Amino acid sequence: MSSDTVQEPIRPTRRRIATPPKDAVTWATVALAGALAVIAATWWLRSILLGVLVDLQVSGTLGETILLICSIASLALLLPAYRALQAAKRGCAARLNGDIIAARVQGAAARTWCWYTFGYAVAVLLVLAIALFIVLNDVAVGRTFFFLPLIFDSFGLVFDAFWVNVFIFCVAEIFVLIWGLVVAIARLIPGEPGRPIRMIATAYIDVFRGLPAIISIYLVGFGLPLTGLPIIRDFPLEWYAILALTLTYGAYVAEVYRSGIESIHQSQTAAARSLGLSYAQTLRYVVIPQAVRRIIPPLLNDFISLQKDTALVNVIGAIDAFNQAKIVASNHFNLSSVTTVAFLFVVITIPQARFVDRMIERDQRRTRAAG
Amino acid sequence: MSFLEIVNIEKRFGPHQIFDGLSMSVEEHQVVCLIGPSGCGKSTLLRCINGLEQIQGGEIRLHGDRVTGPGVDVNTLRRDVGIVFQSYNLFPHMSVMENVLLAPLKVLKMDRAEAETRAMALLKRIGLEAKAKEYPDRLSGGQQQRVAIVRALAMDPLVMLLDEITSALDPELVSEVLNIVRDLAKEGMTMLLATHEMGFARDVASKVCFLHGGKVHEEGPPEQIFGNPQQERTRAFLKRIIEAGRL
Repeated sequence: MSSDTVQEPIRPTRRRIATPPKDAVTWATVALAGALAVIAATWWLRSILLGVLVDLQVSGTLGETILLICSIASLALLLPAYRALQAAKRGCAARLNGDIIAARVQGAAARTWCWYTFGYAVAVLLVLAIALFIVLNDVAVGRTFFFLPLIFDSFGLVFDAFWVNVFIFCVAEIFVLIWGLVVAIARLIPGEPGRPIRMIATAYIDVFRGLPAIISIYLVGFGLPLTGLPIIRDFPLEWYAILALTLTYGAYVAEVYRSGIESIHQSQTAAARSLGLSYAQTLRYVVIPQAVRRIIPPLLNDFISLQKDTALVNVIGAIDAFNQAKIVASNHFNLSSVTTVAFLFVVITIPQARFVDRMIERDQRRTRAAG
Repeated sequence: MSFLEIVNIEKRFGPHQIFDGLSMSVEEHQVVCLIGPSGCGKSTLLRCINGLEQIQGGEIRLHGDRVTGPGVDVNTLRRDVGIVFQSYNLFPHMSVMENVLLAPLKVLKMDRAEAETRAMALLKRIGLEAKAKEYPDRLSGGQQQRVAIVRALAMDPLVMLLDEITSALDPELVSEVLNIVRDLAKEGMTMLLATHEMGFARDVASKVCFLHGGKVHEEGPPEQIFGNPQQERTRAFLKRIIEAGRL
């Protein structure tokens, strides 16, 4: 292996040529111009909105103050644009002095400030576009969806009916948790003798995942009372909805459970079985406790869908928030009460969505740490 | 009648023949090392003895009692046959103590206080009593593997199967695990280990078996296998081990 003669390296000696910094003044100027244009648009829209406030009979110091504050806030766009320009100028000066490093640093800073300007300017533009859409055609959109007097008048009625939705999804979620696990275990029963059970569980999952929730609610809600079966025919409407949603979401959640159980590595099962634990004990003490931790994010996602699908119960005539809002809407020929329902659903969903995000993030961190 | 007898077993994974009439035996208080190239079936043999894999022919007997084939209660068999895996396989959602306690409580239905006393004594023996409440991911690989050994010992098995228990460990952690195995050997625990640690095998083994071609190709005391192997294949295998600097 070793030799005493020092060999000439075969690879030729090469040098790297330093790249000169790019000019940032143009970018900074464009950013400044963009910022000024967006600010002008904001103040123009402000003048329109002031007229609208009078139109909607909600003019007053409060609305005007909010508008003024928002318009003044748009001036903040000038700050990053101005900094970009300054950094770009310093970069130019440094380059003329022959200080390439300083020129690079200033150029990079200028470009960063430019991106800040563009990012925030685009965001402001989007908000302006939405506001403009609402007030177009003599505030047609605004009057149809956001007619404040009607929203305030009907809020109590709609909010009370929303408790029906809350009741349905809370009870359904408990049933779904249990029923989904039962179906998942049936789907995973081992061995040849378990085949018929597995097939039935698979068929159930296939059917109810394919069946739109609205149809299963319709069939259960109108069909079961018609059958005249004792006890079942006397269920209140909410319980038909709970039953239908449990059947539908039980199929989804069974698949979530199954993927969770299957994601636990074989070696865990082998370790548990090798200690003498039975199949059921292995599931109970080793596999399911680990699986449940992993499936909480997808499970919560399914629960959010379930909560939203409680609005479908209006097809069987249950007076939930949506149905109540529709009644109000048709009485007043205005959809603003339905906006209230939309708002209520969104409000209960957002914290859960954030919670799911955080759980997923935590899981990813843990996986990275383990890997 | 030997303590553990493996008689003429056949094992196939699909078209792949793992064992083709493999026979061997282990006496009580013996430490038997299985050596051989990757894929020769060392791990599979251990998993067959423990009932984690099915065999297609032949039989395995423990104290003369057939432990393979239909009608065997694998759950009770596994109380008597402990196994430790290459990748530790501790239960990550349980603390060290809970890992050790699970089987004695749920399988042997042992009283909790008694089980805890015993588990603590075992943990003390491997110097990890301070880690009883920690979760496995807070332990080094060597510590996890020591806990895995204790978890198997807590069932008070008749024989321990060790499946390349140091292969996944960083080199500086290997000795802490091997020292425990050495202690167990001194006590007279019957053990069957699949291993790549040839030096260790030479030290502790009562018998070394070289697996090749689905059979025990050569077996004998370690001095013979490592010092004066009779078979060409054994010599070739050991030569490669020595070239890699592992003996």
